[in-house]
Amino acid sequence: MNEKEKQERNQQYNQYIKQVTPTHNLAANMCRAFIIGGIICVIGQAIMNYCKSLGMDKDTQGAWTSLILVLAAVVLTGFNIYPSLVKFGGAGALVPITGFANSVAAPAIEYKKEGQVFGIGCKIFTIAGPVILYGIFTSWVLGLLYYILRVIGVI
Amino acid sequence: MAQIMGKQSIKFDTRVGILNSASIVSKKEGEGPLGELFDVICEDPIFGCESWEEAESTLQKEAVTLVLGKARLEKENIRYLFAGDLLGQTIASSFGLLDFNIPLFGVYGACSTCGEALSLGAMAIAGGFADHVVAVTSSHFASAEKQFRFPLEYGNQRPLSASWTVTGSGAFVLSKEYSDIQITGITPGKIVDYGVKDSLNMGACMAPAATDTIFQSLSDFDYLPDEYDKIITGDLGYVGQEILIKLLKEKGYDISKQHMDCGIEIFDQDNQDTHAGGSGCGCSAVTLSAYILKQLQNKMWKKVLFVPTGALLSTISYNEGKSVPGIAHAVIIENITM
Repeated sequence: MNEKEKQERNQQYNQYIKQVTPTHNLAANMCRAFIIGGIICVIGQAIMNYCKSLGMDKDTQGAWTSLILVLAAVVLTGFNIYPSLVKFGGAGALVPITGFANSVAAPAIEYKKEGQVFGIGCKIFTIAGPVILYGIFTSWVLGLLYYILRVIGVI
Repeated sequence: MAQIMGKQSIKFDTRVGILNSASIVSKKEGEGPLGELFDVICEDPIFGCESWEEAESTLQKEAVTLVLGKARLEKENIRYLFAGDLLGQTIASSFGLLDFNIPLFGVYGACSTCGEALSLGAMAIAGGFADHVVAVTSSHFASAEKQFRFPLEYGNQRPLSASWTVTGSGAFVLSKEYSDIQITGITPGKIVDYGVKDSLNMGACMAPAATDTIFQSLSDFDYLPDEYDKIITGDLGYVGQEILIKLLKEKGYDISKQHMDCGIEIFDQDNQDTHAGGSGCGCSAVTLSAYILKQLQNKMWKKVLFVPTGALLSTISYNEGKSVPGIAHAVIIENITM
């Protein structure tokens, strides 16, 4: 079998397996993501409203809301409850700040056995790392763009 | 009589008996359809150890201890060990089998390791190089997830084509002594790559390899599928099973009547949330020990073709964009009294 025939065979095979491989129902998944994501946001709003009623300013309200949501997600990760939320809600539980907390807490628990430095230290950001790196990088690019636009007088 | 058959098979003309076997699994496997057949079901998934890797080592250690007890052999009677697992550099075997002081051949064939270890062990016996050897393989859900995917507590949605790594270990004593159940032939498999890159669809990655090995085995021995009561793959799962039957039909063999898959047998798809089925080198090993050998012993089946299947990937090869090649090793096991 030469290279070309092989490529053709592989292509056909990949097309075929796409047909026989079952996938999650997209509409149902989106619906569940909306419910779980919505619930997390409602809880966040409730915390925020409560903070407001205590007379905090807007920044402090936001800070407390994030802190409490992150803490809750880390505790739920520790009790192995958060993965069930994601299994049900998919991106609805992954995208909010709670998902980010889960992605940092989970490796910390898993790699603890490999030591404080090479375990937790090196591997705590194995999942969240790209978000942090490219998040910071993107804000740096935007900052630079903003600066240039300021200098040339557009803004 | 010629022992070399066709292109890549061996027919043993010396006796290779499967003297005894042992299986040990964890809670989830114990709750599955084969639950009551396993020798030991441990409720604690970490087996009282400090880490998942240690837990998997304990699995192998217990399986070997158990099989030696069942076969009434001392560890001094075992000439060689053929062992493997899924962890990097097969550390589950290295640390689990350290204290036995038996010469070791570490083998790796991903989830096909059970077939590879049995084949090599059978060759050692048939060649007259040993009177007793032990083949043992293991896998552990948590150590495999950690090695190949995500930390356990990380939330993610598994696709429906994904399989569930079996926590368990199976050990087998092969011997030149008489046993009703014997290994009478093998067909070691080739690496087969159809360019599938989805590592969460192992069934599709491995089905072409299983097809290749089963086809070659049937033609090397000049058998039709009817020769066997069962043709048993390791962990193709529901997706892989469908593909295998179709691919073999295209090559002229219809195995839809005989085919069985250990990954499908071991879990209850509807109630255990295991998606495509069980996988791992513990999957085929514990199913062989707990179910298949018992069926042969009870004369429900006379002859089976046992074909553990493996996906040859690492997280590095996956991240570097490589496809997932498969491999499958076939072992002919029969009850010679029938």
